[in-house]
Amino acid sequence: MSRDDLTCEEVLEQLFAYLDQELDGDRLAAMDRHLRRCRDCFTRAEFEKRLRARVRETGTAQAPERLRQRVKKVLDRY
Amino acid sequence: MVPTDFFAPAGTLSPRLALDLPDAGFLIAGQDMPDNDTRQRQRREAVRARFEQEIERLLDRLYGTALRLTRNPDDAEDVVAEAVEKAWEQVPKLRDWARFEGWMFRILNNTFVTLWRRRRSRQDRETAVDELSRDSVDAASFSLFQKLHQPFLLWWGTPEEQFVDGLVQEDLAKAVDALPDAYRLVVVLVELQGYTYEEAAALLALPVGTVRSRLNRGRGLLQKALWEYGRHADEGQPPGPKHPQSGGE
Repeated sequence: MSRDDLTCEEVLEQLFAYLDQELDGDRLAAMDRHLRRCRDCFTRAEFEKRLRARVRETGTAQAPERLRQRVKKVLDRY
Repeated sequence: MVPTDFFAPAGTLSPRLALDLPDAGFLIAGQDMPDNDTRQRQRREAVRARFEQEIERLLDRLYGTALRLTRNPDDAEDVVAEAVEKAWEQVPKLRDWARFEGWMFRILNNTFVTLWRRRRSRQDRETAVDELSRDSVDAASFSLFQKLHQPFLLWWGTPEEQFVDGLVQEDLAKAVDALPDAYRLVVVLVELQGYTYEEAAALLALPVGTVRSRLNRGRGLLQKALWEYGRHADEGQPPGPKHPQSGGE
């Protein structure tokens, strides 16, 4: 383990910032390196990604016909 | 629908028209050059067709996002309709249709935030956060993964994956909607829409550190709610590979 390597605890602390693409440079590289080597942290990261993908689905819902009509009216006014 | 061979590419239009309206991506067949008025009308029709096409493509996501932000179908409709109207008014400022999606969602978020601020006084908003932060300190450290990643459950395969895949859409939406405003807004911006912490902070007029801590708590609360729903859904069912969460505590 080199001086630049992160511990699992440090990886977990930064995991969400990593998944939110808030890390760059050395910190990002160190996370990538750790996740390539550590099965436990990799499994955790994959879980959080999977959960996030499911949560993201809640940002889509079938728009009611009434809304479609309102949108059309807005455009017709101009 | 405007015929796609009816309009000229942006480069062939007069500089003024090209500046006024973004490239709608339509082409002219162009044997006879129409006069200026005709070209302007054609250009407007092309822009409208492109705008409608883009809105249609995004409408379910705009509505879904508004629904998570407002938690109310009528309010969500109002926010989307108002955002579309603002976007339509501002469309001449749009330089590149490739940026339409991000631009449109920004207008949607701004529309919602303006509405939200109007409805709730600053004091109400801060009181709500103070009250909630006491309850959510523990939530920030809640981890669904740790609940599920138990050695005895791992005998049955990958309980975390099964749990996540087994979550129903209704429970996911309910869990997001159950988040207090302060946490829900940052979760919706960052987790659902991919905003950076800085972008979310700018929109909500908050320090970046506050966005980060609210996000942590919001995620913890969200995971805790999903854990509870999962356990509740499993009550009365025998433990086994398809119900790993039933023995998680």
